[in-house]
Amino acid sequence: MVERYYTETHEWVTVDDSLATIGITDYAQAQLGDVVFLELPRVGKLLEAGDSFGVVESVKAASDLYSPVAGTVAEVNEVLNASPELVNRDPYGEGWLIKVNLNGDLGQGLLDEAGYQSLTEGHSS
Amino acid sequence: MTEPLSFELSRGSLPAPRLPEAGVRTNAQLPPELRRGRPPALPRLSEPEILRHYSRMASLNYSISEQFYPLGSCTMKYNPVANEEAARLEGFAALHPYQDEDTIQGALELMWRLEQALCEIVGVNRITLQPAAGAHGEWTALRMIQAYHRSRGEERTEVIVPDSAHGTNPASAALSGFNVVEVRSGADGRVDVADLEAKLSTRVAALMLTNPNTLGLFEGQILEVAEMVHATGAKLYYDGANLNALMGICRPGDMGFDAVHLNLHKTFTTPHGGGGPGAGPVGVKADLVPFLPRPTVERENGRFRLDHERPRSIGRVRSFYGNFGMLVRAYTYILAMGGDGLTQASRDAVLAANYVRESLDGLLEMPHRGPCMHEFVASARNLGANGVRALDVAKGLLERGFYAPTVYFPLIVPEAVMIEPTETESKATLDAFIGAVGEIVELAATNPEELHAEPRSLPVGRLDEVSAARNPVLRWSPPSQPW
Amino acid sequence: MPYLVHAADDRQQMLDAVGVRSVDDLLVDIPASIRTRLLDMPDGLSEQETMTRVRELAGRNQVFEDRLCFRGGGVYRRFIPAAVSAVTSKPEFYTAYTPYQPEASQGTLQAIFEFQTLIAELTGMDVANASLYDGATALAEAAVMAVVQTGREKLVVAGYMHPEYVEVLRCYGEGRGFEVQLGLDRVGEDTAAVLFQQPNFLGLFEDAPAITQLAHRHGALSVASVDPISLGLIAPPGDYGADIAVGEGQQLGLPPSFGGPHVGFIACRRDLIRRLPGRLVGSAVDARGRRGFVLTLTAREQHIRRAKATSNICTNHSLCALAASVYLTYMGPEGLRHIADVSYQRAHALAERLTAIPGIELAFPDRHFLNEFPVRMFHVEQSLANLRDAGILGGLPVGQWYPELRGVVVFCCTEVNDPEAIATVVEVLSRTAVETPTAEVGG
Repeated sequence: MVERYYTETHEWVTVDDSLATIGITDYAQAQLGDVVFLELPRVGKLLEAGDSFGVVESVKAASDLYSPVAGTVAEVNEVLNASPELVNRDPYGEGWLIKVNLNGDLGQGLLDEAGYQSLTEGHSS
Repeated sequence: MTEPLSFELSRGSLPAPRLPEAGVRTNAQLPPELRRGRPPALPRLSEPEILRHYSRMASLNYSISEQFYPLGSCTMKYNPVANEEAARLEGFAALHPYQDEDTIQGALELMWRLEQALCEIVGVNRITLQPAAGAHGEWTALRMIQAYHRSRGEERTEVIVPDSAHGTNPASAALSGFNVVEVRSGADGRVDVADLEAKLSTRVAALMLTNPNTLGLFEGQILEVAEMVHATGAKLYYDGANLNALMGICRPGDMGFDAVHLNLHKTFTTPHGGGGPGAGPVGVKADLVPFLPRPTVERENGRFRLDHERPRSIGRVRSFYGNFGMLVRAYTYILAMGGDGLTQASRDAVLAANYVRESLDGLLEMPHRGPCMHEFVASARNLGANGVRALDVAKGLLERGFYAPTVYFPLIVPEAVMIEPTETESKATLDAFIGAVGEIVELAATNPEELHAEPRSLPVGRLDEVSAARNPVLRWSPPSQPW
Repeated sequence: MPYLVHAADDRQQMLDAVGVRSVDDLLVDIPASIRTRLLDMPDGLSEQETMTRVRELAGRNQVFEDRLCFRGGGVYRRFIPAAVSAVTSKPEFYTAYTPYQPEASQGTLQAIFEFQTLIAELTGMDVANASLYDGATALAEAAVMAVVQTGREKLVVAGYMHPEYVEVLRCYGEGRGFEVQLGLDRVGEDTAAVLFQQPNFLGLFEDAPAITQLAHRHGALSVASVDPISLGLIAPPGDYGADIAVGEGQQLGLPPSFGGPHVGFIACRRDLIRRLPGRLVGSAVDARGRRGFVLTLTAREQHIRRAKATSNICTNHSLCALAASVYLTYMGPEGLRHIADVSYQRAHALAERLTAIPGIELAFPDRHFLNEFPVRMFHVEQSLANLRDAGILGGLPVGQWYPELRGVVVFCCTEVNDPEAIATVVEVLSRTAVETPTAEVGG
């Protein structure tokens, strides 16, 4: 099982040989409600960890997306243009948002599975 | 029962309306390269069909002329019909803004007198009548504050906004190029003074507040807050959405506010028109007067004139002088009410809100201790056991012939229901509203499915807003050019 | 007191229910030092007295008959069919609230959906929004859209744009942080958009396709500020590839009203939809398959995006947009074309006859115009005063804005200026030419 890491702003990241895949968590999609649109970056865009790389819009909310890693955008999930609901249905699988060629390591600030669990338990209303 | 679009009723074979011919001779010809190729696909209907089409559409609407609108922070009060008569007078409606000043003395006097009256009501030195709407006025005020700081050689980059504030506050600040810093509200929606202290600095241009706040509670510490803000050289901005609580009772200028924004379409009865037009005048204290948009209206030796010579003005925020037709309406209202009437209006508004609040206590949760001012926020959280939410309460009220109150705002109260009765609803109407809420609360316990299905008897039921946002269809399209 | 509904016993019952003796007991949170003692303003009046005062103010303005008004400059006299006010004076429309609860607002929402379609069709663009405040702020909003879309911070205004619109643009720029430059020679790789008016402030046609191509060559957007009546006759922005079309809709069924309320419109290409400020109405379906209309893409707007919204705009000029919709529906495509054509012919007839008067000449003889045109003339003040004595509101002197155009007056003709009115203008100005002592042209 590939290790998944998380940000405090509810993005997840997995890494395969210095290519990182990034999406939003199940908790985030549940909070947002039905996703209607995503504004995602162009391939080639340079990101630092913590940079805003786009926006996810639902009927009632719009949230900025923050990159867990530093690197260059290698791929964008174009399927989401026609089917944004994939983010709700399969946030860790088909609902992935972008892939990034890592610049260096993953870095320190990310949460592991247990760390993210306790974050969301603290939030639950 | 819904109504087809005018485009769907259109018949291409209908002739154009009869219109006068030019009746002149000219050698001129419009060059062919300038001409339009394909005519616009405007619909063709006969006049009787047009009137019927719009009449049917009108019947699909709720409006304050028919239904009670308990919308918090919107002040949906009676729109006096005398105002409409005033605005339609030819001596106002037919005026061109570029007429010579001696042919528009009546219009300039009306603007001047309206400014005087509003200055007295809110306690400021001058007012600009230019802004077309509340958000527009808000932005205008922030631009003036920015110009003020710049004139003193200071580039202040931050504006502080309470976390309970309406969305236009931070959006207006961002549009003016400021960074928005949020200050926490306490559980009662009042500004957390300790948090404010921590966030105040010489980077802060202004603190934006409304008083009473978005929970309908008066910020009793406002004088202390004003002093703190002024001590750092920042300005205090007043969002006038809740002014209906205060006329003749307490003036924002006296609380220490430097810029005071007003909504003529809320407090001063100009009709909402289905979303606009309104007007958002902004009052200012002496420090900010030089930065007012130009022109201003001045009186000299009994004559009125437009003053364009204002070197430090922020310029213009819209074309011409303001939504003059709405200014006429507001002035007519103020003349009719007078100081005594406006004061009684606010007193009645406060009384009505407290009456409804008291009557709903027990049906819905009241997160804050009373009394409230002209509005209050309840929570529908107590209905959550059966999956009933504030949204269902809103739709249930629509079903029962009331417009829904504001729901899910402010964000600091879960399942928020914000109610502002205003002073122009009879006690009988208020009691009927209270009864309807009672019915809904009962249904929440006994038959929540019914509530989820409401409204049933309106022309349409709940619409699929998700699909509408995923695949937006924002216009009708001719069959030859589908969207 | 007018408009208040409670009798003493109603108030007493409510006070009893709340458990206080007086409203003052509910105001205890207000510090005593700032409680207002008394508003320093007169007491209220009866309706009769109120209307007398208001009529007196209205009576102190000079009203020029429609047919004798030849001044434009952004506000125009047009024939307004009775159908327009018959619809906009329906209380279900004019006292309705913003359509946030769609089930109770289908009338307003459908009217806006029709307006959006009408404006999109008229401008030849893909989509239009629910309206803005006026043409000037619509232009400023388009500028902000271009800045957000391109990431560039310079706007270039080409040709004669309404000077008040440029002022508003600068005001928005000083806040938001973009720069306004004048003249096509300023277009470069740092230009977010080129903005122009068609026809321009003097009534003359700009070369819209050339301006658009120049903008695009530099990666900038092309923004056209257009006259809606003209679009019944002349090529719309969509035809020449503009990215955003804006304008003032006052001529579509709204009285001059001393400058407001009027109605701005904005329309754009499909891929800019999510940058559009303000409200948008979309169609939707309910559980029973019935079509309805709803405010949509609201996540763009201020109440959700808050600080990240493109704009702060919270309203549209809904009732004014309704007037415009009724007007356009009444006219239809042929009616609109006819109105524009009659205006064109009348203006050219007036221009031909004016320039036959010694001392009056076209300021830009090689440029085409639609229904407004600039003439250089003698004795501007005396001429306008003589016209005024004849009950005529003459053309607009533009030297106050453009020093190089001192002595230039812009005349406007619409379908309301009948041939007799035109003849009267010519007669008065001919007489002025003869009677007034010779002075330099441009006085």
